[in-house]
Amino acid sequence: MSKRRPYVRPMDGWWRKNPYFVEYMIHEGTAFFVAAYAAVLLVGLVRLSQGEAAWNGWLHSLTSPWYVLFHLAALLAITYHTYTWFKIMPRTMPPVVVGGERLPAWAITGTGLAVAAAAGIGLLAFVWGMAR
Amino acid sequence: MSDIQKVIEIEVLRYNPETDKAPSSQVFEVPFTDDMSVLQGVQYIKDYLDGSLSFRWSCRMAICGSCGMMINGVPHLSCETFLRDYYPARVRVEALNHFPIERDLVINMEGFINKLESIQPYIIPKEPRTLAQGEYLQTPEQLNLYEQFSSCINCMLCYAACPQFGLNPDFIGPAATALLHRYNVDSRDGGKEERMDLVRSEEGVFHCTAVGYCSEVCPKHVDPANAVNQNKTNAAVDYFLRFVSPKGGAK
Repeated sequence: MSKRRPYVRPMDGWWRKNPYFVEYMIHEGTAFFVAAYAAVLLVGLVRLSQGEAAWNGWLHSLTSPWYVLFHLAALLAITYHTYTWFKIMPRTMPPVVVGGERLPAWAITGTGLAVAAAAGIGLLAFVWGMAR
Repeated sequence: MSDIQKVIEIEVLRYNPETDKAPSSQVFEVPFTDDMSVLQGVQYIKDYLDGSLSFRWSCRMAICGSCGMMINGVPHLSCETFLRDYYPARVRVEALNHFPIERDLVINMEGFINKLESIQPYIIPKEPRTLAQGEYLQTPEQLNLYEQFSSCINCMLCYAACPQFGLNPDFIGPAATALLHRYNVDSRDGGKEERMDLVRSEEGVFHCTAVGYCSEVCPKHVDPANAVNQNKTNAAVDYFLRFVSPKGGAK
């Protein structure tokens, strides 16, 4: 009879056992803020379709300190989400060859972050211009 | 050179399937010098303190991939990890995570071997070729596509780093996918169609959630996460292409 009795270790709390996994859970968790912010914008769209009074009511509700706090938290979380998104990007795409040389990971991450920053600032400037 | 012999505590997760219900820790005091690896520390225990300690090793120079262990919770090749980097703290040594423990630091690698076999890790020629046709020629660009993925030494550190493999042991996992990719992008190979069935299967690449730790711990810079994630794209492209150009016999 075989004396083998392989022991399988439990996976309970796996993500707390390594700082790398804790960070992974945090950056995955920031996706909640992306979804929550999208939901807030969708509600705004629905209120807009319901007429001026509904729209103004929605705009007014956004001035509540809780909403301002939420937007600040969402800004922080989404900024971090963006950073981790582009940090992992070189690992998720085929090699990019420019002039016979493979583009290094930092160049891909850097380009992504630069484009995200430019798009963010561009959108802000556009909306600012419209609101004035 | 110091005359005082330094002693480090090595805590080993022990498991004897004949007597133990579950693994438990045992601490050994091991005299060491600055040039000693964790593997040498464990060998000292076996030679001088407790001959029943079981572990795998072979080359002692990060080539064979046999001596992978969790060292303070991080997957490392114990031959290229040095005791001096942990001293004076205690160093904790455990069998590779996510694999069943056979005994002490020895894991059951049967699942991994089966996965390795399933990806057909060899060149499947596009068409029969005679000796008279001579060797295959390949450009440096064609070599670059797969060279990094061919550096895998099957040490399984990436599996010990992959929580998705821990949660779903059927997941084909990082190293097997890296090798699968290595052959699929080789200009001499014609077996991609067969291997893609595995890529898009239930056990395939979509178990991966891009944690990325597999590539962090890889001692050979294979970047298995890159192979897995490139094949998510390949599987998706394959899926949509069949609406455009049906190949027939689609599963």
